[in-house]
Amino acid sequence: MHELSIAMRVIDLAEVHCRAEGGGQVVAVTLRIGRLAAVEPHALRTALAMAAVGTLLEEATLRIVEVPVAIWCPGCEREVDLPGLVPLACPACGTRSGDIRRGDELDLESLEIMVAEVPA
Amino acid sequence: MSMPRILEVRTRILKANDETARSMRREFERAGVLVVNVVSSPGSGKTSLLKETLTRLAARGEAVAAVVGDLETDNDARRLAESGVPVRQINTHGLCHLEADMVAKHLTGWDLTGLQYLFIENVGNLVCPTSWDLGESLRVALLAVTEGEDKPLKYPGLFNTADVAVITKTDLACACEFDRDAALAAIEAVRPGMPVLETSAKTGAGLDAWLELLGQRRRSLTGG
Repeated sequence: MHELSIAMRVIDLAEVHCRAEGGGQVVAVTLRIGRLAAVEPHALRTALAMAAVGTLLEEATLRIVEVPVAIWCPGCEREVDLPGLVPLACPACGTRSGDIRRGDELDLESLEIMVAEVPA
Repeated sequence: MSMPRILEVRTRILKANDETARSMRREFERAGVLVVNVVSSPGSGKTSLLKETLTRLAARGEAVAAVVGDLETDNDARRLAESGVPVRQINTHGLCHLEADMVAKHLTGWDLTGLQYLFIENVGNLVCPTSWDLGESLRVALLAVTEGEDKPLKYPGLFNTADVAVITKTDLACACEFDRDAALAAIEAVRPGMPVLETSAKTGAGLDAWLELLGQRRRSLTGG
């Protein structure tokens, strides 16, 4: 259940960015999770909901963009998306390639924040 | 009425861990220390392989140390310490993986001057350690012949992050009807081109090749 550790890092990062913009509440969080990152989106969702209590993310909606694996195929000389995780081989020509171009992301993509209004 | 604002952050979630790990790696590489992060499922022979490795390296006059992660107990640290080299135990108390700052914390105040190899035995787990860089220069994933040849296919994330795979307990291969070709194919499917070694900590088979690989990797750090 390393998703809880990851959720806590998301909260730390999001709070730092939110405060740097003047504080307020985080209303939405978008994460990009590659399918090779060994993170289970449902577990991460549950972990984040638990860990967000009492933080600026308490009311935040979580969006998880799952990123399929893409490799560089030296045979076809292009980037190809894989239908699954394995084999790391071109679905068109069968050439094996460990040159991963996408699919191992574990990124905080964006935040939607509601900045507290400063009274005039 | 305030309106929501979008902040494009585009940052690695584990940025803080990555930065700690990067700075550890820089320091160790500069000092010529090969740091090896050993990952596998529980019971696949990490401690047995490491105990033999530490013993043999120490017998060759190499300066070696190890840290070992487990949820509880210092049993593995005591087993590894039988090799005669300095060992420290990290207890994670429930956490399923090691993080860079845990390793850093356990290294403070430890005189490792002249060290050549530092082994980190990760918590036995084939999922959670995947994304946590510990500052290693070499990540080694173990697959025991007792585990089933398709483990790499079931846990591609972790095997994909490894630099080397070591098949362990080869002395039991026959009894387990281990299908060597299937295991090699599974590793190749997950990490094309990854070097694979086959070892038995019990008989010593394959350990010379393993030590040779470690030596090569260490020499490549120091440009030797």
